[in-house]
Amino acid sequence: MSNVIIAGIGQTPVNEQWNISLRELAFQAMEAAMQDAGGLRPNALYVGNMLAATLSRQAQLGAMLADFAGLHGIEAATIEAAGASAAMALRVGYLAVASGQVDAAMVLGVEKLSDQVPAEVEHAMAMASDADYEAEQGLTLTAQAALLAQRYFHEFDLPQHALAGFPLAAHANGAHNPNAMFRKAVKLETYAKAGMVSAPLNMFDVAPHADGAAALLLTRADLLPPKFPHPLVEISGSSAVSDTLALHDRPDPLAFNAARLSVERACKQAGIQPSDADFFELFDAFSIYSALSLEAAGFSERGQGWKLAQNGALAPDGELPIATLGGLKARGFPGGATGAYQAAEAALQLRGQGGGAQVNGAKIGLVQSLGGPAATAVTHVLRTVED
Amino acid sequence: MDIPRHWRLKKQRYALVGEVCEHCDAKLFPPRDICPECGEEAKTLFQFSGKGEVYSYTTVYDAPQGYAEQAPYTLAMVKLAEGPLVTAQLTDLGEQPPAIGMPVEMVTRLLRSATDERGMLIYGYKFRPAVAQAS
Repeated sequence: MSNVIIAGIGQTPVNEQWNISLRELAFQAMEAAMQDAGGLRPNALYVGNMLAATLSRQAQLGAMLADFAGLHGIEAATIEAAGASAAMALRVGYLAVASGQVDAAMVLGVEKLSDQVPAEVEHAMAMASDADYEAEQGLTLTAQAALLAQRYFHEFDLPQHALAGFPLAAHANGAHNPNAMFRKAVKLETYAKAGMVSAPLNMFDVAPHADGAAALLLTRADLLPPKFPHPLVEISGSSAVSDTLALHDRPDPLAFNAARLSVERACKQAGIQPSDADFFELFDAFSIYSALSLEAAGFSERGQGWKLAQNGALAPDGELPIATLGGLKARGFPGGATGAYQAAEAALQLRGQGGGAQVNGAKIGLVQSLGGPAATAVTHVLRTVED
Repeated sequence: MDIPRHWRLKKQRYALVGEVCEHCDAKLFPPRDICPECGEEAKTLFQFSGKGEVYSYTTVYDAPQGYAEQAPYTLAMVKLAEGPLVTAQLTDLGEQPPAIGMPVEMVTRLLRSATDERGMLIYGYKFRPAVAQAS
């Protein structure tokens, strides 16, 4: 089986883009990825999207976006797994190319949230939970994360502001990302003064919803032309794992078991230990997710994940950099498109194009996206290709 | 408006009817037909007592569409006496702040008013602080 290469990446800024439609947003990212790959054209398109059918009343994005991008006749379809949609699309693209059935696959994450008011977006996002037994009780994903955080503070006797380190690290890095929604470092005093969204989570514990599209063009190493325009990054591990949809159906809600298993399986395939990774693009939709994801991946003991965010260990020059280009908190959280941003940012780091937030000498990156509180977890290992 | 969907859930919403696994005696709510404990079929109905305690809670200020009239409201995960966790709102708290471990009991309340023209009222379970037992 030939290695799968990320030959091109493209991203649009994450923001509220009132003047750009879903299809235009998607095309900008795809066009940028094709240019970045030296003009390579895909023969399959896998779209990671969660809410277009609900918020934009548009289904069948595969056909629509292949058509709009002038990629007539190619195989194209949408993959949906809530916040992990684009990560799952990346896995499908990876499998398609690795199998030899598809020579070049475009993986596109796209989400257009700003066409509806925030209460409608919250309602739609809550569809990632159990509609009959969670959402119908007035649950939102934010409230659900707050339930996790409250229990976490209680079980492990955490001090106030124990989770602050995650958004502070993300914002410090987002300042260096031209596509980030928030490009300004935040101080602890600012965090401490922020209004509660769902206690104990305040505004800074919750990643902001926004529009965005990011694309990755995958192909096999042996199909690449010589003298490629940039350093190559390969996918050396890929795993997707599911857990109970409803959080209350788990024996231990604070254990992100799908996140743990997907890290173990992706690392095993890549022949590495999680600790071999030079950085970890985790899914910080809520600060509590960051703590639980670090614990699930084995980077800390249960109940101790928050401590990693206390002493600079998660900064670009720390032991385990996370959210290196702002994460969901500072780059923004474009729903199902997020996984494509995470993978594109990891590829930038591995190419040495991380700018002011570059992780020096990065050779291996761990990238993980979650659907809800890890009802779906998708993990990829990306690494530099040695000549 | 999805009337059949709500009608189908009436036993669960009004009476906390779940299932019991005849193989390992695990109590299941919501009903799910395959026991997560032992993997065997579990289709025998079981009515829960409605007693439990708060496992976790939070306050929702930014309510989703359909719940704005109730905001802010207290949402919880409740550990039922028979084992399972359920997600539900806390109600009738009065001046009493919610707390992890607080004993609660199930009551039937309005979950939300449908926002369309038919204005269907959707009732279901919420939990209130347990009324002290007579000794």
